[in-house]
Amino acid sequence: MTVTRRGALPDGPGPGAAYDVTVVGAGVVGCAIARELARYSLRVALVEASGDVGEGSSKANTAILHTGFDAVPGSLEARLVREGGRLLAAYARETGIPVEPVGALLVAWDEEQLAALPRLAAKAERNGHHGTRPVGAAELRTLEPHLGPGALGALAVPDESVVCPWTTPLAYATQAVRSGVDLHLDCPVEKVRPGGPGTPHRLITRRGVLRTRYLVNACGLYADAFDALVGRYDFTVTPRRGQLLVFDKLARGLVRHILLPVPGVLGKGVLVAPTVYGNVLLGPTAEDLDDKTATGSTAEGLAALRAQGGRILPALLDEEVTAVYAGLRAATGAEDYRIAAHPGLRYVTVGGIRSTGLTASLALGRHTVGLLADAGLELGPERPLAPVTMPNLGEAFPRPYRDAARIARDPAYGEIVCHCERVTRGEIRDALASTVPPASLDGLRRRTRARGGRCQGFSCGAAVRVLFEEGTR
Amino acid sequence: MERAVDVLIVGAGPAGLAAAARLAAAGAGRVEVLERERTAGGVPRHCARGGFGAFTGPGYARRAVRAAVRAGAVVRTGAGATGWAGPLTLEVTAPTGLERITARAVVLATGARERPRGARLVPGSRPAGVFGTGELQQSVELFGLRRERIGRRAVVVGSEPVARHAARTLRRAGVTVAAVVADRPRGPRLPGPVLRGATVVELVGRGRLSGVVVRGADGRTGLLRCDTVVFTGDWIPEHELARTGGVPLDRATLGPAVDPAFRTPVPGVFAVGNLLRGVEPAVVAAAEGRAVAAAVLARLAGAPWPGPGVPVAPEGALRWASPNRLTGPAPAVLLRPADRLVRPLLTVTQDDRILYEARLPGLVEPHRSLRPPTGWTADVDPAGGPVVIRLDGTGARPTPAPARSRPH
Ligand SMILES: Cc1cc2nc3c(=O)[nH]c(=O)nc-3n(C[C@H](O)[C@H](O)[C@H](O)COP(=O)(O)OP(=O)(O)OC[C@H]3O[C@@H](n4cnc5c(N)ncnc54)[C@H](O)[C@@H]3O)c2cc1C
Ligand SMILES: Cc1cc2nc3c(=O)[nH]c(=O)nc-3n(C[C@H](O)[C@H](O)[C@H](O)COP(=O)(O)OP(=O)(O)OC[C@H]3O[C@@H](n4cnc5c(N)ncnc54)[C@H](O)[C@@H]3O)c2cc1C
Repeated sequence: MTVTRRGALPDGPGPGAAYDVTVVGAGVVGCAIARELARYSLRVALVEASGDVGEGSSKANTAILHTGFDAVPGSLEARLVREGGRLLAAYARETGIPVEPVGALLVAWDEEQLAALPRLAAKAERNGHHGTRPVGAAELRTLEPHLGPGALGALAVPDESVVCPWTTPLAYATQAVRSGVDLHLDCPVEKVRPGGPGTPHRLITRRGVLRTRYLVNACGLYADAFDALVGRYDFTVTPRRGQLLVFDKLARGLVRHILLPVPGVLGKGVLVAPTVYGNVLLGPTAEDLDDKTATGSTAEGLAALRAQGGRILPALLDEEVTAVYAGLRAATGAEDYRIAAHPGLRYVTVGGIRSTGLTASLALGRHTVGLLADAGLELGPERPLAPVTMPNLGEAFPRPYRDAARIARDPAYGEIVCHCERVTRGEIRDALASTVPPASLDGLRRRTRARGGRCQGFSCGAAVRVLFEEGTR
Repeated sequence: MERAVDVLIVGAGPAGLAAAARLAAAGAGRVEVLERERTAGGVPRHCARGGFGAFTGPGYARRAVRAAVRAGAVVRTGAGATGWAGPLTLEVTAPTGLERITARAVVLATGARERPRGARLVPGSRPAGVFGTGELQQSVELFGLRRERIGRRAVVVGSEPVARHAARTLRRAGVTVAAVVADRPRGPRLPGPVLRGATVVELVGRGRLSGVVVRGADGRTGLLRCDTVVFTGDWIPEHELARTGGVPLDRATLGPAVDPAFRTPVPGVFAVGNLLRGVEPAVVAAAEGRAVAAAVLARLAGAPWPGPGVPVAPEGALRWASPNRLTGPAPAVLLRPADRLVRPLLTVTQDDRILYEARLPGLVEPHRSLRPPTGWTADVDPAGGPVVIRLDGTGARPTPAPARSRPH
């Protein structure tokens, strides 16, 4: 098991040997690809610029496990979202990634939106989703009693779920590493010297040179920049910001489904959704920017969200806000993913994974490995992946602080350190000792929820920091 | 494990400990205090040099714990109440295991916290270096965190006395306080460069905070360079347990609605201290802890639980009133002004009947509660409408409320 964060890179596992495949970018997509590659007896590296997996777009999204009912029929995205959604739901059950199949309601607030619902139902049909059903105003009110006045009806999409966006890439990375993949963090790739026939590519990183026969670009927002390193200029990534508000757990009772807006001429609109952590999410905005690091929130964005949230669920505005965040989608001007294999270059670009990458990740992994095989990579026989069981961050599933048997075996699970999120000393200790340990307090938060609750550290911040510093010394 | 006690007190801060000491001394039977932290004492544990009469905060906390234990109360640390398993049964997690503790009376004394940056909707990036006073004080006073770990140049946000405590704590740790950004144009004495009437409108910095954008009283904005920012004050009661237990909250205080004897509308459940309305000095919380004892003893002796009583409605320049319902004479009523006013007029009416009227001497300020005489509470008609308590300013220009778009 190899995870490196500093020092010179190992030049392939054996002396003089290059990696068979290197995946650049350890977001949810890159981690899924690395995990899929780990099924074969290949030497695989996963290389990431930042200090942790899932630090890019993958940590800041809306956390919906989509069915793909509203994708563009016939597109690659439609197929991979549909496949990926099923794969991830099954994988989550197997590994303990929290998923709650709460279902979605596309709520119509005016006649025009109401008139659009049958069209959306027909689109869902074309995408293979036969479970949608119209809901009248009266039934809607019993399904969602706190909905604001004026809702005329809805389309129910029963299979839409909410998922934990932090555990997902972490589970993939953990499984990949345990199955033999080398994960190199804090290792931005700055240049690529493409290899000719029979010679490996040379990736120039801040930590030295890494040689690899095949190369996968899973650089998210920077997929265009990475393409440029190998001389490809097929598309441009425009960051599309989404700002979100997380409301307190005490608001969770206000909403039972994912409340989706009906897409219209004025854009996609914001949704209100439960989170697997027991909070309520409001967002995201959609703003096209030119700065790929602009993950800040703005006063205008937050005001607009509150105005829209107040119409959907008026009582939400009386509840406390726990956190504000923003993520960037990798928009490319196309209504589909930008996935391209360049067999001559032994190179695959997995780009433009805009707003559905979490859902599609496992299918993207499979698809990419297929493209690599088509490009000449010999996969050899499959072998089983190392098993993983992820710690549960989901409120709908047993958490350690409520598990009497576990506390009896190990009292550290009875010692709550972060009270708002009920995170125990045992869980923090486990995270620090895990296969892919956190590099920062934020990384620890994404693994345990510590410091992520309503007090944001007022009560526990100092204690959690001390545990983190002792544990990473 | 299932257990029964006579009185279960949640929270071993000044309020809970004072209640425990008084009740145990009065022979209330088994009086147990649950504290989720490793050490009892509540917030004063980390107020190294706060004004706690003759004591430092930690000294005050130790004394309060000793007094409760000496009186015969059981003070358990590392035991967090996480929910309810019945009307008077709490679920508890501790290293020794899970418990369900049923009490004949439950006293909630869970304190208050500061609203963090996110809850204040301060936009910008999400860098490291953002603290609240609670975390800052604990880092420095309980864990000995030194300057290198906190930062070099800090900005303190807030205009309540706690901003002063935060600035002091920073200085003691060797951190330069670049400015205190106080949203109110006037207020308590604050140390060092103070920007009055100013607000922080954005945080800037990748990874680590590099500055805060401040909008001044004149409406102009500028960047203040700093690597640490401390958001102080803006209190909210720690009301999770109360709410999940079905205890109705008061819309103005966001704490449990209580009567003058600290009874909530849920029979057998009492609430005291900062849980009721955010932060008051520790002596106030401790006094409420002592005062609740009489009603708890009455409850144990079988006294009936009073009905909802008459609601108290704060109006005019009042932010809140506590207690929020009257079921009989009140020994004290705390009132919190929303504005700074000179010699304001206080009127108490019920159904157009004036129960009390007085011009308050001097200055009232939003960081300090008022405690007017309460003789009038005996004249409240228990079958009448809400008691309206109103504060009206004269003379001084009212100051705008702090810039927060909260509905309550
Ligand atoms: C607001 C918002 C809401 C969303 N909601 C949903 C949703 O509800 N459901 C859903 O399924 N999807 C959703 N998405 C989409 C989903 O989050 C993304 O599709 C997904 O995270 C993309 O993953 P990625 O691995 O491609 O990119 P990233 O997570 O950004 O990973 C790319 C990684 O590549 C690294 N990298 C870049 N360049 C280099 C280099 N030169 N060297 C080394 N490393 C490099 C980066 O550091 C980064 O970690 C949402 C997205 C946003 C922004
Ligand atoms: C930063 C700060 C500085 C201050 N400085 C001063 C000062 O200088 N002078 C002064 O007089 N006053 C000061 N105060 C106010 C004073 O500390 C409070 O008035 C006093 O502590 C209130 O007492 P309390 O018992 O209501 O709440 P707290 O002291 O907050 O105690 C509540 C206790 O309940 C515990 N608890 C909460 N929920 C649970 C649960 N579910 N299970 C178990 N335990 C739980 C908490 O861990 C905590 O220990 C300050 C307050 C703060 C926040």
